[in-house]
Amino acid sequence: MQYIPNILFLIALVAGIGYFIKNCKKIYRNIKLGKEIGEIDNKSLRMNNVIRIALGQSKMTVRPIAGLLHIIVYVGFIIINIEVLEIIIDGLFGTHRVFAGMGSLYNVLIASFEILAFLVFVSVILFWIRRNIIKIRRFWKPEMKGWPKNDANYILYFEMVLMSLFLIMNAADQQLQLLGAEHYIKAGSFPVSNWLLPLFDTFSESTLIIIERSAWWLHILGILIFLNYLYFSKHLHILLAFPNVYYGKITPKGKLPNLQSVTNEVQLMMDPNADPFAAPPEGQEAPEKFGASDVIDLTRVQLLNAYTCTECGRCTDNCPANLTGKKLSPRKIMMATRDRLEEIGKNIDKNGTFKPDDKQLLDDYISREELWACTTCNACVEACPVSIDPLSIIMDMRQYLVMEQSAAPQELNIAMTNIENNGAPWPYNQMDRLNWKNE
Amino acid sequence: MAEYMAQGKQPEVLFWVGCAGSFDDRAKKITKAFVKLLNNAGVEFAVLGTEESCTGDPAKRAGNEFLFQMQAMMNIQVLNGYEIKKIVTACPHCFNTLKNEYPDLGGNYEVLHHTQFLKTLLEEGRLKVEGGKFKGKRITYHDPCYLGRANGEYEAPRDLLKKLEVELIEMKRCKSKGLCCGAGGAQMFKEAEPGDKEIFVERTEEALETKPEAIAAGCPFCNTMLTDGVKFKEKQDEIKVLDIAEIIVNAEDL
Repeated sequence: MQYIPNILFLIALVAGIGYFIKNCKKIYRNIKLGKEIGEIDNKSLRMNNVIRIALGQSKMTVRPIAGLLHIIVYVGFIIINIEVLEIIIDGLFGTHRVFAGMGSLYNVLIASFEILAFLVFVSVILFWIRRNIIKIRRFWKPEMKGWPKNDANYILYFEMVLMSLFLIMNAADQQLQLLGAEHYIKAGSFPVSNWLLPLFDTFSESTLIIIERSAWWLHILGILIFLNYLYFSKHLHILLAFPNVYYGKITPKGKLPNLQSVTNEVQLMMDPNADPFAAPPEGQEAPEKFGASDVIDLTRVQLLNAYTCTECGRCTDNCPANLTGKKLSPRKIMMATRDRLEEIGKNIDKNGTFKPDDKQLLDDYISREELWACTTCNACVEACPVSIDPLSIIMDMRQYLVMEQSAAPQELNIAMTNIENNGAPWPYNQMDRLNWKNE
Repeated sequence: MAEYMAQGKQPEVLFWVGCAGSFDDRAKKITKAFVKLLNNAGVEFAVLGTEESCTGDPAKRAGNEFLFQMQAMMNIQVLNGYEIKKIVTACPHCFNTLKNEYPDLGGNYEVLHHTQFLKTLLEEGRLKVEGGKFKGKRITYHDPCYLGRANGEYEAPRDLLKKLEVELIEMKRCKSKGLCCGAGGAQMFKEAEPGDKEIFVERTEEALETKPEAIAAGCPFCNTMLTDGVKFKEKQDEIKVLDIAEIIVNAEDL
């Protein structure tokens, strides 16, 4: 009988982590639906970026208030996880505060967890106020209605509850220590939950044990539930930000990749020895589709970008098109990409392989109007704290529109025809290029 | 350039004029101002003239990779034929494309924006500018996306303005946070999508908030957009939009 809690704990732990791993595999499978990216160059620079941008949060602090609050929650999250390690060992082996043997170091650790938990609690409340009371503009854009809005608040509630449970657990534990209850060894220093003691000093020992145990269990179960919530939420960034920054763009922002499939065609076109009537050699594959109309035409990095996006909206908040009332929102581009990828993933779950569903990213998720509103100014790319590149998706979709569908806006067709005919986007004669010299 | 080649000489630098600099009446003035500075500094430079063609930037940003690569490869053949090593251009779009997108297609050159080149001329003492007409004048500088964010060059144009001892006033959104003028990504050649404001108006209003006596730009397209914005705000008689090269020329009465 005495091992029942340990067994229950083990079951909860295995189930919680198992289901999470199952969903991680789904994410991995879905990302692999995208195109391969070829060899990764410049690994040391990439590692450097991970340390600076992801670990070091260097781009978060561009906005000082949100940045500072975020760093508190982030540091709190990482440090308090040491406590989770202790909880897991205690849960599995029926020990209590197994790390207490560290002596004064343990006191320092518990004290710092408490202070961080309190700071996280306060920060999360401030986040909630910014989102729901101050109504900061970027949290109230059209794409933030329904699930995305609720998702953001659920995460905040989760964290508030988890931090409260942690502090309640410590307070009850502390009271039990004072009462000299059996099993509750004197350990830890509690600078924050100290203040909660007056609430507990009327309770009997057995009530306190119930409170302490309930808080302990709810805390660890809450963490396991939260872990599994990630997959359904924008909160995945806490894990994916690191690989995403690693794979992020390291060339100058202005550099767009050149399509190799087009290079082959153009070289053939310009080769004076090429036989214009030659049939393609037997067995040669048809040239790749140009650009992207659905998520599987995108690269794996672009799909990872979509899963990493935490919908903070800094991109949209800096987008000149969005700022002037156009439909385009870089954040929505990322959200639409993830939604469509999830839809394809569910389709595969159901049918074994992808069964065509007469839908695609273009038109069903992202309208042409949005794509054509982009000025390619890179403000969204610059603003993203985790190196997401919404512009690359916009460009790939424009390529599909122009090269596969000839569906550019008419004025652009005129400009492109001019470039083709007279080497300038305007209808001027190339022979007049030097006229300025004599004017 | 053909003349240099015929004489068996290489110029110090090739000036890539660009479509705007060649054909747009406003941008041609920038071209001439820059040429004045080059001559003043005694730089031996050449232009491709009628052999120059669009770099393909607007085509690429519009999604027409085919047309872009056609333009790029034709230009690369011409440039490589003349054994060009160093290119300077007054257009950040040409600058970005030549610098970043041509190398993979076989075009490897040292590419400079004209503000970067002018800065080196100053440092080498070949070009002398100090104070002059704009000394103490309030000027705000608009970062072109394709020079700033796209290629990380924020300082060269500002250094030049500081040399002229102007009172440089920054807009709220400047440098890496600079707001686009609305022309990039081939938007120059089409109407904007429906919205509640034009981007160039938004940016011009921000520039006007600094109460400038002139607005400095480093891109012919930004120049057009901001000039339109100033007209829209009916301030064209008080506030001029000028390229950095023009400001230097005017300051020194060259």
